[in-house]
Amino acid sequence: MKNKDRKIKRLLAGPYIIWSAGFIIIPLLMIFYYGLTDKDRHFTFHNIARITTPENLKALGLALLLSIISTAICLILAYPLCMVLSNLGVNQSSFIVLIFILPMWMNSLLRTLAWQNLLERNGIINIILGFLHLPPLEIINTPYAIVLGMVYDFLPFMVLPIYNVLSKIDSDIIAAARDLGANSVQTFLRIILPLSVPGIISGVTMVFVPALTTFVISDLLGGSKILLIGNVIEQEFKQGSNWHSGSGMSLVLMIFIIFSMALIAKYDKDGEGTAF
Amino acid sequence: MSNKLIDIVNVSKSYGENLVLNNLNLYIRENEFLTLLGPSGCGKTTLLRILGGFESPNTGKVIFDGKDITELAPNKRQLNTVFQKYALFPNMTIAENIAFGLKIKGKSKGYIEDKIRYALKLVNLDGFEERMPDSLSGGQQQRIAIARAIVNEPKVLLLDEPLGALDLKLRQDMQYELIRLKNELGITFVYVTHDQEEALTMSDTIVVMNQGNIQQIGTPEDIYNEPQNAFVADFIGESNIFSAIMVEDKLVKIQGVKFPCVDTGFGKNKPVDAVIRPEDVDLVKPKKGLMEGIVTSLIFKGVHYEMDVMANGYEWLVHSTDMFPVGTQVGIRVDPFDIQIMKKPKSEDAEAVTIEE
Repeated sequence: MKNKDRKIKRLLAGPYIIWSAGFIIIPLLMIFYYGLTDKDRHFTFHNIARITTPENLKALGLALLLSIISTAICLILAYPLCMVLSNLGVNQSSFIVLIFILPMWMNSLLRTLAWQNLLERNGIINIILGFLHLPPLEIINTPYAIVLGMVYDFLPFMVLPIYNVLSKIDSDIIAAARDLGANSVQTFLRIILPLSVPGIISGVTMVFVPALTTFVISDLLGGSKILLIGNVIEQEFKQGSNWHSGSGMSLVLMIFIIFSMALIAKYDKDGEGTAF
Repeated sequence: MSNKLIDIVNVSKSYGENLVLNNLNLYIRENEFLTLLGPSGCGKTTLLRILGGFESPNTGKVIFDGKDITELAPNKRQLNTVFQKYALFPNMTIAENIAFGLKIKGKSKGYIEDKIRYALKLVNLDGFEERMPDSLSGGQQQRIAIARAIVNEPKVLLLDEPLGALDLKLRQDMQYELIRLKNELGITFVYVTHDQEEALTMSDTIVVMNQGNIQQIGTPEDIYNEPQNAFVADFIGESNIFSAIMVEDKLVKIQGVKFPCVDTGFGKNKPVDAVIRPEDVDLVKPKKGLMEGIVTSLIFKGVHYEMDVMANGYEWLVHSTDMFPVGTQVGIRVDPFDIQIMKKPKSEDAEAVTIEE
């Protein structure tokens, strides 16, 4: 009887298994196949080695640099905010968290397009600055605009996991640290910060991975001059129609992503930091 | 037990409209085991948090060893707290947890190691240094929490319902453990609980609180045998509480029947509350007592039988080692010194939760 129950329960996972096989596992295997073969279907590492051309290395380096900067900015913005939020009453804080995740309900493409309009040479920000007789802001089509777009798009992914871990820290634990003689700085460094590491790792990964692989933000806010690794891969697939080298470089990028995931698995054993 | 160590002077605390502590005055002596006892919401935990420095009172002062510490931060106070849910640092080993306060104070490595060993021995958990808190049972975690507090050599240990989360057997063992610890350490314990049995077992002094007011301060014997108002009588132990008339000195009329008692000074024909503990009610043959009754229920409790006896429209609760089957006609007698007479409550907080008219 129990065995039968278990079998029926397993069947419930069926639809998802079919979905993931069709849309996740098979495409992934195809990326591996294309990445490791040439046009004549011979096994080769040539596609992966394409990452070492100066242009591609530059695109990868810039992508790493900008995504690290964006992740750092998100962390610096999010952590103090979450500290404040976790000390507020539940009603107040959930309202403010709602405000922060509200932009996520809009399409990220639209949001990025909106920033393009705002930042343009004759965009709204410069019109307002002109009225105020201030010098115009000329950051569109620069790495600064890309970082701004990344921070704007991905900040909620940093806020949620950190807020989650911080609000779960028992206030008695903080009181205990104070009781045992720690001042507020010592309490933060020895108790609050170590306990929030899972949330930080989770937030960093959830910002870093999409920032590293984005091609939309760099396309819209960086013009066509600034190429990130995402743009290079996109061009290989679309303009060059070279699936082999596009897949090869995707595999390289995957190494960074797998590394980030491994980091999460190591520090966030209970899944506390994952917000979704 | 001599000098005043802590003096709580006119302390009031309210959250918005809600008055939690109402102009409280209380002193705590050196080496005393003092228990704050009351139902949930009586303000006992708030008072403990004010002592620990986690709350500050709206009015009043806390004097510690002659110094005003009302506004002093918790980390500057010479007292340590044991929290209800242990509050061990989950990211640290047991040794690191115990060492926390000593490291902050910059003690030497050797000193800290000695202290950890000593504290673990004291709470009977030698060899637990490298374990993580979540691998310990509730009772073990609570003992580590106590060890973590006492290595700092506080003058006072504040304990906030530390046994509340433990099961009955463990709770009883820990009660003896705490008494032993207190005697070995020779420091003051301020203990918060809603469990009257715990309070009676461990305390030198019990402070009974209700609705932000102190109802009675006394030794466990005082509190149990001579409750000062109906609330205390009702909250501590089981009791029969009557609305009675003090006819004259040493004579009280309960349920229309005159009972000799030993209390004096209440005046003539004054309404009072009378308390008779269930074990002090003597059941005798019919016509041999002061009142006639009939047994309406009988439960075997192990040490004694618990009986309800209906007499003059009131159900008396009786504990006795003699058994009277349901339906038996009995006489009720009470020795004069077993009747405790109390003034009628002046305010709501001094009233019994349930009282028969």
